[in-house]
Amino acid sequence: MMNFGFGILTGLLVLPLVGAAFILVQRGDEAAVNSNARYAALAATVATFVLACVAWYQFDPANPGFQLVETHGWVSDAIKFKLGVDGFSFPFVVLTAFLMPFCILASWTSVEKRVREYMVAFLILETLMIGVFVALDLVLFYLFFEAGLIPMFLIIGIWGGKRRVYASYKFFLYTLLGSVLMLLALMAMYWNAGTTDIPTLLNHHFPSGMQPWLWLAFFASFAVKMPMWPVHTWLPDAHVEAPTAGSVILAAILLKMGGYGFIRFSIPMFPEASAMFAPLVFALSVIAIVYTSLVALMQEDIKKLIAYSSVAHMGFVTMGLFTLTPQGIQGAMFQMVSHGLVSGALFLCVGVVYDRMHTREISAYGGLVNRMPLYAVVFMVFTMANVGLPGTAGFVGEFLTLLGAFKANPWVAFIATSGVILSAAYALWLYRRVVFGEMVKPELMNITDLNRREIVILAPLVILTIWYGIAPGTILDAFAAPTEHLIKNYQAALTAAKTAMLALQ
Amino acid sequence: MTLPALGPALPEIILAIGAIAMVLIGAFRGESATRLLEGAALALFALALVLVLSGEGKAVTFNGAFIADGFGRFMKVLTLIGAAAAILLSSDYLRRDGTMRFEFPILVVLATIGMMMMISANDLIGLYVGLELQSLALYVVAAFDRDNAKSTEAGLKYFVLGALSSGMLLYGASLVYGFTGTVTYSGIAQAVHGGHVGIGLIFGIVFVAAGTAFKISAVPFHMWTPDVYEGAPTPVAAFFASAPKMAAMAMIVRLFVGAFPGALHDWQQIIIFMAVASMALGAFAAIGQSNIKRLLAYSSIANMGYALVGLAAGTAAGVQGVMTYMAIYLATTLAAFACVLMMRRDGKPVEEISELAGLSRTNPWMAFALSMMMFSLAGIPPLAGFWAKFYVFLAAIDAKLYTLAVIGVVTSVVGAYYYLRLVKIIYFDDAKPAFEKGDLGVRAVLLVSTIFVLVLSLVPAPLFDSAAAAAKSLF
Repeated sequence: MMNFGFGILTGLLVLPLVGAAFILVQRGDEAAVNSNARYAALAATVATFVLACVAWYQFDPANPGFQLVETHGWVSDAIKFKLGVDGFSFPFVVLTAFLMPFCILASWTSVEKRVREYMVAFLILETLMIGVFVALDLVLFYLFFEAGLIPMFLIIGIWGGKRRVYASYKFFLYTLLGSVLMLLALMAMYWNAGTTDIPTLLNHHFPSGMQPWLWLAFFASFAVKMPMWPVHTWLPDAHVEAPTAGSVILAAILLKMGGYGFIRFSIPMFPEASAMFAPLVFALSVIAIVYTSLVALMQEDIKKLIAYSSVAHMGFVTMGLFTLTPQGIQGAMFQMVSHGLVSGALFLCVGVVYDRMHTREISAYGGLVNRMPLYAVVFMVFTMANVGLPGTAGFVGEFLTLLGAFKANPWVAFIATSGVILSAAYALWLYRRVVFGEMVKPELMNITDLNRREIVILAPLVILTIWYGIAPGTILDAFAAPTEHLIKNYQAALTAAKTAMLALQ
Repeated sequence: MTLPALGPALPEIILAIGAIAMVLIGAFRGESATRLLEGAALALFALALVLVLSGEGKAVTFNGAFIADGFGRFMKVLTLIGAAAAILLSSDYLRRDGTMRFEFPILVVLATIGMMMMISANDLIGLYVGLELQSLALYVVAAFDRDNAKSTEAGLKYFVLGALSSGMLLYGASLVYGFTGTVTYSGIAQAVHGGHVGIGLIFGIVFVAAGTAFKISAVPFHMWTPDVYEGAPTPVAAFFASAPKMAAMAMIVRLFVGAFPGALHDWQQIIIFMAVASMALGAFAAIGQSNIKRLLAYSSIANMGYALVGLAAGTAAGVQGVMTYMAIYLATTLAAFACVLMMRRDGKPVEEISELAGLSRTNPWMAFALSMMMFSLAGIPPLAGFWAKFYVFLAAIDAKLYTLAVIGVVTSVVGAYYYLRLVKIIYFDDAKPAFEKGDLGVRAVLLVSTIFVLVLSLVPAPLFDSAAAAAKSLF
């Protein structure tokens, strides 16, 4: 579109940074600075969201290619600062921009110390997250992918709970270890293809002997990020210790980077390896679905329970992706978006009661419906969406991924479906223990229902969760065209590989 | 006999004349001339820097012993910056400790001449002369706080081990000479060219490698580093970590790439071993350190390992990687040491890592700078340290050294653990009393290197391009 001057996507990257810079130059007494920081962060995130909406208006969902592309010179002739979006990445850009204002609002009163640094960290994190999804250069992608660790490390470590140091280290080192292998793989791709331009690489055929290694290196990174069983253990710790908004971002956006990575790199660039390793992914996915659901059943900490449920839901995503059917891939994409909304909202719900009681122990609650009817309704909607009740956003993704899985391998679908039942068990049981029952605990007697700020945060999420449950087409259309394109290319690559094999024999 | 062309060596000659003049001034005016001599040293470095930068093309002189080329100019610029920073960092520190003598700036200048000779050495004799000039000056500088047992010990330790390594280097050089019949790099390269490398020559290469490895403190010749860093006055440690490392790395690169291209597969194994061992030891041994100078010593060992990864590739891309790595390492290390020099409470320097606790509250800018350096050293993008690692590993992958690259990135994750520990102490822990205000020179060095790292993080292209152009001059 534009080869000089900066386009709308750069704007999305720069706006949060402008907000961060504004906050950093604030001077004066602490209360005023803190208040300014909050409003500035809110303004910056809202402005980013508005800009994302403008981009949405310009975005053509029928086009499977990259749009809003802009290229600028950067490191060298081969490594450029190239941005662009397609149907796979754009929903995540909008999701990120959409959720950030809620994160800022959710931290409005609960973050009391070092407000300025907190807001700056979040705004920088927003830039880096959007950057991951809009980067059209492999090195640029890696840069955003990794750089996000720094603000998240600080967010968990400074504003987290009791075991924050442990959790932040674990988060950082786990993800870093996965990513550095990907770094080596992308170097190998650079030498093989002579460029790190993603659109070019998507059409490049990597040698069949090289593909499994590259695939495994990328897998190491994305599986940790996703997270897939058995490298998921950092997630519950990080979730439990992170402040509410940090958990929301982790669950809603950071986990999606893994799925996005699979769909952007692993499947289209290494189709032969993807076909080869699909059974491995299936196995890990169904183990994740069943095992982590069982683990979730036994949790005593609300956040930990939701964290394990996230791992199980991500299992549906990886399963759906590697069915390599239109249903499976669309379902996985949908599941990621809906999980972003629902799990984010669930963490916000936990944040609501945590702000009041300062505990996340399930046993510390009970009978909240008596004093918090509004909260009970909201929490109910998200719990049902988490279970995958038809009519909520959670249903569509699970259903489509299971459909795809059934086509690819009925046994996988069979086992995974049991996960749906288990998810109903842990989610409903959680809801019963927290919300229903007699209100017997004296500390809970004075608990107050949602205040206006919390209603403002949660209401849009409730509406979207139900809206996407009833009318999933609004999102599904966004990635229908690229899915079709992806499957076509994948099939073509496999056929070509098969012909080559036959020719050799 | 005609006089050799002096033009290519002009910066070195001017420095040498300047150093002699400085000695005379010092001898006649005594301690009162110290300030003047520091200023003179800085002026000499600035002049040499301008002369180095204004040079172009490739020129060989002194019967092939000395070469001035793009690679040399790049590394000399780094060395001169490191040496000038050492003067800035040490001035107020040593004066406050009462250990400042007028000899200090003179010794730094002399060491710098040695380093520039090492960088430009184009035969084994020139290499040895440069190395010894540098080393002898450095031995004295290490023990500069002469009433302090630790500093004296550091100087002695450095001297004994350094002498040993020089001996090994000399022995190796004599073997190489014996088996190739020449001391010039180009002559050796021609002699080795056939593809067949005799066992005697390999012996020579091994000894030369051992001697040079000592100078960059690569494992297994690293033992002196933590003790010398800890014992020597902090600004001296900062000097040791910066300029001499640039020179020694340049010397190794030119020696192996220039003299032994035919024996690539033989010396490659040595370099790979040293790289792996340095990266691993640097990463693991640093975990247990509580003294920040020792921690930085192990960090520098690991960093030399990463730089060697680029050399192991033995290609132009690898050399470019080494040069980029060294430039970024220089800025990061100077900034880190500037932060260490700012750790001063109740008029005394403190060196325990735990003293940094809660620095983000008491001095947010220093906390930011130091944390940024730690993330940079850990190689987290987008910070400059990432680009440094990126280029050396890119070269290693190109040379199909996959195992080396995998080991390298895994040890970088281990290394991230202890770098994160500093960030954790700075940002997560409860605040201790604030440090005293840093000296002007220290703050200037910190500011400049922080800006350099920041700018390089976002706009890395100019450094890479100049490194790429300079690396070509070796091939």
